Amino acid sequence: MIRINGLSHHIGAAPILHDIDLTLPRGKLVALIGPNGAGKSTLLRLVARLEPVQQGRIEIDGLDLSTTPTERLALAMAVMGQQTHIASRLRVAELVGFGRWPHHHGRPRPADRAAVRQALAAFDLEPLAHRFLDEVSGGQAQRAHLAMTFAQGTDWLLLDEPLNNLDMAHSRTLMARLADLVRGSGRSVVTVVHEVNYAAAWADHIVAMKDGRIVAEGPPETVLTEPVLSALYDTPIEVSRHDDRPLVLHHHWHDQLGSPFPKAADAPSHLLH
Amino acid sequence: MDRPAATLIAALLALLAASSLVWMFQGIGGGNRGFILQLRGTKLAGLVVVGAAVGIATVLFQTVAANRVLTPSIMGFDALYVLLQTALVATLGVAGFAALPGAAKFLAEVAVMSLLAAMLFGTLLGKGAKDIPRTILTGVILGVLFRSLSTFLARIMDPNAFAVVQSVSFASFGSIDAALLPAAGAIAGLCVAGAMWLAPRLDVLALGREVAVSLGLRFDRLVLVTLGLVGMLVAVSTALVGPVAFFGLLVAGLAHGLAPSARHAVLLPAAGLIGAVILVAGQTLFERLMGQTATLSVVVEFAGGLFFLFLLLRGRVR
Repeated sequence: MIRINGLSHHIGAAPILHDIDLTLPRGKLVALIGPNGAGKSTLLRLVARLEPVQQGRIEIDGLDLSTTPTERLALAMAVMGQQTHIASRLRVAELVGFGRWPHHHGRPRPADRAAVRQALAAFDLEPLAHRFLDEVSGGQAQRAHLAMTFAQGTDWLLLDEPLNNLDMAHSRTLMARLADLVRGSGRSVVTVVHEVNYAAAWADHIVAMKDGRIVAEGPPETVLTEPVLSALYDTPIEVSRHDDRPLVLHHHWHDQLGSPFPKAADAPSHLLH
Repeated sequence: MDRPAATLIAALLALLAASSLVWMFQGIGGGNRGFILQLRGTKLAGLVVVGAAVGIATVLFQTVAANRVLTPSIMGFDALYVLLQTALVATLGVAGFAALPGAAKFLAEVAVMSLLAAMLFGTLLGKGAKDIPRTILTGVILGVLFRSLSTFLARIMDPNAFAVVQSVSFASFGSIDAALLPAAGAIAGLCVAGAMWLAPRLDVLALGREVAVSLGLRFDRLVLVTLGLVGMLVAVSTALVGPVAFFGLLVAGLAHGLAPSARHAVLLPAAGLIGAVILVAGQTLFERLMGQTATLSVVVEFAGGLFFLFLLLRGRVR
């Protein structure tokens, strides 16, 4: 599991994270949700060692982030950031092949080639394997990046807003793949999600953040409730149910369509904790 | 190395061998053959070292910068070297400058160059580390600063000293400093070997910081080491022929265009060989066949400049 103790972070003078204590369970699909500027991406990037930790401790499966060599950490977790543009001209198969780099450091063995083939097959990339990355669509390129993190063969996968720029069909497929990684291959996935309904439908565990603090965590049933979400996003939000899962109706407030100026008294004023 | 890559390297080697043979034996008369061959051999070695150094330095630099339009000269690497020379002449005078032992002076200069590059980029990368565009902007400004300082020093020194400085501040492929060649060749060889050893890691570096860190690469350290290698290679080529602005751009562009994959194990030797072939074949053409009616440095810079404009106009600045 990932243990975070007393984690605080500043960018310049602006505080981003306040003394966070958090434990992320193994073998689960964990979704980080919260409004813009809540510190979700910063938290993920700190765990992924893309930014140096300023204050606090992070441990992943017993490996302390500050003392474990980065080469060893690459065997424990794979990261997919928001940056998916690559300067060099690579074929899809070559990109996926880099996922095995932590295992062979430049000298691929037969086992590595097999793992790359398996990753290409798992993400339906075989027909595209020899295409250049700049010749495939954005969704396909993202799939190639995901296949690379998959090929890394780590227990943990950290994803920073993987649904960015994906349409409905691709978003749903991606979430289904992530859920499949967790249920089928026993991996642990932590992902930042903006659209809460993808978290409602697919996540096992949800962490809600606001202003650099954890405000709620637990299974979707306990976190995705009207009071929690309304306070989290500072706006009244209704929650219904669909297929025995919460369905968050955030696109409008129910009497807004009839009267353009809803009465202020209509808004629930619940407070958390 | 796969087949297309091996074919490319073999073809470039054959081209280099052919142009070297023409260079060595074209129009050789019955006179003092030993003397002529020695003279030509020295020049040939110089051209090969400079071509390989510039080509490889530019590919390394473009990988670090994640950008195909920038070259070490834009970052002010060679301006720094010229400033070093100008400052030496200004402080020691012409006699003092000439009295310094050639090879030892050169080794010291290379050491100072890589040290300055490490200090400069070390401080730049120490805190921000991620902000390569800012580093490059700073480099452009530093390049202007170094050039202005050289010009300033040249203005206040006496005309004789200025003449000495002038000979090191302009590119000339015809007059290679033979005394420096053994030391320069050795340093360039070590740098190329180091770059080839780093090649698999450079492939990962080229994926960008986030991906590279995620794959467990010590990104910031590799950037520093690579920039140090670039500093030494630029010192070698600038000491031998003077600063060349666009030649590296031309060579790196050709290497990226011709190489079948983006692997540095192929890109680096390809760039080195392309650089050497262009210089040897070009110098043969201009010095022997056209009887010095044109200057290679001018033509190469012109072609490189056109290529630079082409890259800018095509809009693939990245």
